[in-house]
Amino acid sequence: MGEHPATGPLLLRQVRYQNKLFLRNPFSAFFALAFPMMFLLLFGSLNGNERLAVRGGIRFAQFLTPGLLAFAVISTCYTGLAVGVAMSRDLGILKRFRGTPLPTGLYVAGRILSAVWFSLVSAVLMVAVGVGLFDVRIIWRMLPAAVVTLLLGAACFCALGLAVAALIPNGEAAPVVANFTFLPVAFVSDLFFPTDNAPAWVAVVGGVFPVKHFALALEDTFNPFVSGSGFRWGHLAVIAVWGAAAAVVAVQRFQWEPRATVGARPRRQPTS
Amino acid sequence: MAAIRVEGLRKTYGEVEAVAGIDFEVAEGECFALLGPNGAGKTTTVEILEGYRRRSAGEVEVLGFDPERGERAFRERIGIVLQSAGIDRELSVHEIVTLFGSYYPHPRDAAEVIDLVGLGDKRTARTRTLSGGQQRRLDLALGIVGDPDLLFLDEPTTGFDPSARRRSWELVESLRDLGKTILLTTHYMDEAQNLADRVAIIAAGRIVAEGSPETLGGRDVAEAEISFRLPPGAGLADLPRELGDGLRQDEDRVLLRSVAPTRDLYALTGWAVARGAELEALAVTRPSLEDVYLRLTGASRG
Repeated sequence: MGEHPATGPLLLRQVRYQNKLFLRNPFSAFFALAFPMMFLLLFGSLNGNERLAVRGGIRFAQFLTPGLLAFAVISTCYTGLAVGVAMSRDLGILKRFRGTPLPTGLYVAGRILSAVWFSLVSAVLMVAVGVGLFDVRIIWRMLPAAVVTLLLGAACFCALGLAVAALIPNGEAAPVVANFTFLPVAFVSDLFFPTDNAPAWVAVVGGVFPVKHFALALEDTFNPFVSGSGFRWGHLAVIAVWGAAAAVVAVQRFQWEPRATVGARPRRQPTS
Repeated sequence: MAAIRVEGLRKTYGEVEAVAGIDFEVAEGECFALLGPNGAGKTTTVEILEGYRRRSAGEVEVLGFDPERGERAFRERIGIVLQSAGIDRELSVHEIVTLFGSYYPHPRDAAEVIDLVGLGDKRTARTRTLSGGQQRRLDLALGIVGDPDLLFLDEPTTGFDPSARRRSWELVESLRDLGKTILLTTHYMDEAQNLADRVAIIAAGRIVAEGSPETLGGRDVAEAEISFRLPPGAGLADLPRELGDGLRQDEDRVLLRSVAPTRDLYALTGWAVARGAELEALAVTRPSLEDVYLRLTGASRG
């Protein structure tokens, strides 16, 4: 038999296919792109020019834009993948792919890269709006740190999304589980407002999860009172550890077939 | 060389034995049907051969591969039409067939495949707008777009209207004419009879009969049944003695099991002609595939 189809074009095709699905599904596009943008326009218009009492007295819009960037990345990568993969599995779409010669890694990579791509699109749009409407300044010396932080965060939350998809029993539970794990944590994680003066337990709870580390690392790259190149290695390390642990779970527990099939016949897939 | 070889295959789920030790071979270029009621173990068997499930015991070889290992080279040579599988609702027919074709080294032309399954006028339609039967034909298109040597069809025409089903049969026949090997599961007897070179009847995880549709269950040598209505004024006792004791009365009909129907008919019709009577509803039948199937699978007529 002939050679396998080349990996590069296959991967590109998978990304384009996922992108197409993303854009044709109004819900995914709304939550990943429109929702964070709406927050930015709303909060930015309300009090974008106020100066915070913390973080060197940074203007609110300068703090909020990277915070909502982190929010957009998490919505797209974590919530988007957890719900999307669990639904595809429930509908038997993953099972159909399993029967083709497409390598598993390429299917998953297509989904991850598509989510990262829309994270970047969302980031560019939001920074553009922040700069255009709310006088947000891009701090060029810290831009490399911002991009690296964004990409590492996107990777970590993709892994977490895949891990959640692998662990939850069915697709209907996916939006519930994803939102109930993310939203409460979001409010103690400096995405929308700083928690620098909040009670100690808020700092403890927030410090456990990767959301706050991601938010702080990203926000510092937009803070003019921060000196140096803006790499927050401590935060980045926590994000990397969470991502790696999630990746292990996702790989070990990945399921191609619906967990509980409707019908009389038991169809449990042995874990391999 | 056999395209599929199965020996002593077993699959258990906890206490339940879904497949209880089956053996069969499918030759290259053959169309082989697994016929059986729901829950007989057809889909479990096929999904083991497709590489979806691990077997509990036994030997399986498909195109020289062990399907359990799920090699890419193996998947490049098979086509799968699952009993139920999802599809992305927001892609068009052409987009999804093209996408799946790109996974194979020598795919068929997407437009040609779409025409072949009769979805030519739905090429640009989103899959969510397709009817159930049309989605099933799209399943078939995705199964053959990789130009597989071996095609698995798990109940491919369930829910089809008669013309769509006739069309799918023609497609399957054309694939067989191209030398493709086909493994089909169905619970439609006419489907097995029309498409398959050989049929295995499977019930409760075991193969209970195997053969060509004509010879299955000894149909070709089985006793014929002669049936007719008794002429007015005649009783069973009036019938010629040569007919023997295989006679039975079922309401107003007489049934006769006969190993020599020509001789028995001669005696019977001679008797009727001599009486000047006409035998109403005279018929000679051999057991149909359906009779064999119902007898072997232990089901009773409703």
